[in-house]
Amino acid sequence: MKKKPFSVIYACLVYIFLYLPIAVVIAFSFNTSKMNVVFEGFTFDWYISMWSNTLLMDAFKNTLIVAVASTLISTILGTLCAVGLNRFEFKLKETISSALYIPIVIPELVFAIAMLILFSSMNITMNMVTLIISHVTFSMPFVVITVRSRLAGYDRSIEEAARDLGANELRTFFRVTLPMIMPGVLSGAMLALTLSLDDVVVSFFTAGVNSQTLPLRILSMVKKGISPDVNALSTLIILGSVILLVGSTLIQNKLEKREEM
Amino acid sequence: MSNVKDVIVKLTDVEKEFDGVKVVKKLNLEVRKGEFLTLLGPSGCGKTTTLRMIAGFSNVTSGEIELEGRNVADLKPNERDVNTVFQSYALFPHMNVEDNIAFGLVEKKVPKAEIKERVAEMIKLVQLEGLEKRRPAQMSGGQKQRVAIARALINRPKVLLLDEPLGALDLKLRKQMQLELKHLQQKLGITFIYVTHDQEEALTMSDRIAVMNDGVMEQIGTPDEVYNRPKTKFVAGFVGESNILESYVTQVDEDLLHISLESGKALLHAPGFKNEEMIYICVRPENLLLSETKKEHFSIRGRIVEHVFAGSVIKTVVELINGQKLRVARHPNEEEFEVGTYVYVYWHPKKAIIVHTVEEQIYNVIEGTTNRIYEQLGEKYSPSAREDSHDQ
Repeated sequence: MKKKPFSVIYACLVYIFLYLPIAVVIAFSFNTSKMNVVFEGFTFDWYISMWSNTLLMDAFKNTLIVAVASTLISTILGTLCAVGLNRFEFKLKETISSALYIPIVIPELVFAIAMLILFSSMNITMNMVTLIISHVTFSMPFVVITVRSRLAGYDRSIEEAARDLGANELRTFFRVTLPMIMPGVLSGAMLALTLSLDDVVVSFFTAGVNSQTLPLRILSMVKKGISPDVNALSTLIILGSVILLVGSTLIQNKLEKREEM
Repeated sequence: MSNVKDVIVKLTDVEKEFDGVKVVKKLNLEVRKGEFLTLLGPSGCGKTTTLRMIAGFSNVTSGEIELEGRNVADLKPNERDVNTVFQSYALFPHMNVEDNIAFGLVEKKVPKAEIKERVAEMIKLVQLEGLEKRRPAQMSGGQKQRVAIARALINRPKVLLLDEPLGALDLKLRKQMQLELKHLQQKLGITFIYVTHDQEEALTMSDRIAVMNDGVMEQIGTPDEVYNRPKTKFVAGFVGESNILESYVTQVDEDLLHISLESGKALLHAPGFKNEEMIYICVRPENLLLSETKKEHFSIRGRIVEHVFAGSVIKTVVELINGQKLRVARHPNEEEFEVGTYVYVYWHPKKAIIVHTVEEQIYNVIEGTTNRIYEQLGEKYSPSAREDSHDQ
């Protein structure tokens, strides 16, 4: 098949557009110069010195704690919510399911200020917990949506079969329902994790003095000029994300193959 | 009727309502131990709902369901000694054949060694050797159906409920599975309650058939009784092909009734009827006979409209003078009549069956009630002449 030169050029441009900024960050993380302007020489120094930058490391630790905690909580709550909405018929069901979209559609800034007002009106000082709560609030709807889409296409009689064969509600959920919706749960969890990792706006308003996250720290550092430490850490985060992405795609493929082969 | 001890499932006045609509009405049914009972009816007749109430997936609105003499109406599906084979198979997609079949035993905490043994036994019984590690998505419809049956039977249920289990299979496989299921049931001696809308399937497999229509059980009996002696017009029309004719009795000659139809006179054998009574009669296509000459006592005349070749039989359509069309099944080697010719239609007097209609039953109920009112009012109000003429 003859390739059309225009399509090739177009595709290259799109990829350059997408990946050039990332490539620049990675390149400058190996730069000997402190200035992110010219490349002067190759070094691993920043990968060593970043570990002693306590401000950066504390923020990184906070980010990981908040991301893992909020992902776990929002995945569990979101999955239960999706299963409940799928299984039961009740009044205002439509209203309740549409209300789930509100945190997704309203501007993040408005949502963040709303959280701030709520916490301060309750006289709660911002800390790690308020940060986790607000992250759960905005990531849970995404879990509900991905799990519900998974539930939508499956045969209810499979659960009935489990009941018929002697499993009670709880056993049915863990032996049948959960394994079947696992791909949806996993992608929901991945979404929640990424949303939490790179959130700036909501964290800006709901993080306490001692619970600064990495995006917040980097934002404040930008004002003084980015140190190459940040480049090094960013490169590691990119690497981590790629590993996570590949890993979850592999697991999901395996889960889906199991059913479709 | 049957001995009480032989009854394994008993439904008493069972009713089911969905959003104020009654889909099962005052259902009374006794299923005997070890029998193959089929609930037969068109879609929406309440047969699947009845099965789901026995399984426990659906609550009864009123009435009782007894399993071996115990009321199970409040028990959950996992607490009832019955198992179900679903129309959609409902296999667990994330488990292989072995794990699917072992599911019930794992839930009952049967020792692992015994599970292994019983699963192997089941796999052999349903002829799935070599497919132990396959997942449902890698199997054909027929194979999936066998897994579904094995998965239910391994629990040694008191009753096996089957909800149109062969509905998704092609005709040839369906016929083969019908016989296999029947043999399996005879071999294991387990009571089967089978739901289908396919009357041929019901006739082939069942010990008894309960014909349902619009939430009501119209008749229960052996395949022979249901086919050859349908009690109602609906049963006659639904189980096998039939021609329903409206007529009234003109003369009673012991057990022989001389009847008059819009399109002529005829004769039939039926005891216990009175002169001038309105009756519906049902004649199967294979029992209708055609002749060029008039037969004694028969004067029904019609015109041959068309012949349809259907393999072993030729289906001939005859239009009577009142416009009613009769379907006649004839052997290819019988005398041929050309389309357009006029023929006489007759039958052997014992081959026509008197059937009832729902309207008639309603009339009987009303009549029964009024009679009872008259009884309560006292003899002087009782129109004795009326009672005499309608006493059967």
